[in-house]
Amino acid sequence: MNKLITAVFVSLSVLITSVVFAQNTATLRHGLSIDQDAEPDRMPVVQNDDIKRKRSYPMQPPTIPHKIDGYRVDTNSNKCLSCHSRNLSSDSQAPMVSVTHYMDRDGNFLASVSPRRYFCSQCHVVQTNAKPHVESDFVDLDDLLKAAQSKPKE
Amino acid sequence: MFAKLKNTLLHYWGVLRRPAVHYSLGFLVMGGFIAGIIFWGGFNTAMEATNSEAFCTGCHEMETNVYAELKGTIHFTNRSGVRAICSDCHVPHEWTAKMARKMQASKEVWGKIFGTIDTREKFLDKRLELAQHEWARLKANDSLECRNCHNFDYMDFTRQSKRAAEQHSTSLASGEKTCIDCHKGIAHELPDMEGVEGWQ
Repeated sequence: MNKLITAVFVSLSVLITSVVFAQNTATLRHGLSIDQDAEPDRMPVVQNDDIKRKRSYPMQPPTIPHKIDGYRVDTNSNKCLSCHSRNLSSDSQAPMVSVTHYMDRDGNFLASVSPRRYFCSQCHVVQTNAKPHVESDFVDLDDLLKAAQSKPKE
Repeated sequence: MFAKLKNTLLHYWGVLRRPAVHYSLGFLVMGGFIAGIIFWGGFNTAMEATNSEAFCTGCHEMETNVYAELKGTIHFTNRSGVRAICSDCHVPHEWTAKMARKMQASKEVWGKIFGTIDTREKFLDKRLELAQHEWARLKANDSLECRNCHNFDYMDFTRQSKRAAEQHSTSLASGEKTCIDCHKGIAHELPDMEGVEGWQ
């Protein structure tokens, strides 16, 4: 009997805490209950101004400073590579994809872009005017080092 | 048998080359004129009917392949609602060239009857060849069907992105390149582009 009471108590408290948490969690539903439809956010506008943004962290895949609407990347064709590939970037003056994209996972260099790096938009995204939903307190490595250096020695 | 046929033909030839006995010249001229309008109008109406989207997509080959692929593109759906139908890009607007294209299209009727591309697999196998036909046609007529709407003389480079303005004001302006050289696969999916100029 005691066991049963404990089990009921535990499951009830779990239920209550999860409901409380669910109300405080940021979701795309904006806290609306499941039977109501949230008004979706407006689609952000893609920036098409060719201005490259700073990378947030050293290994960040660079973002795309132009529109990529209708760019097909599939087994037959890769629209991105028709400007950014090794052979064609001299004609287009677009930045060539990094040499790492021509390496397979064992570090061997291939003649063409490695299959594992072929689907550009898997890592690279367009730049939009979207405001971040959540404030970021990320600190860049350089800033961390600078802060450490300028700190007086104890 | 042949003698009878010959006699019949000769009889009608005789009717045609003798002057009319019962009908006035005015009646014949006016009658001919009205009949001409009806025939010419009928011919052009029928011709226009074969230019409609409903006619093109009446075949499942078009409906399930190229038309389905068109649907997501800028020429089908966009902010201003102006759109192109099949014939805007694939049939010349000028009358003589249009007739020539319509006669070529009899090959497509043949293809339909014998099921040249009646499955997705057959269509995909043939896509490169079909695409090459269209690229060659647009290259040869300096992308006429594009230019029916996109008139170079009225392009405002300041309203284009930097890269677009750069290319349009140089290669396109000098006539060295034409629309289709860069804008391939804008309305349909592409075949395997290996070996095609400007592609990887």
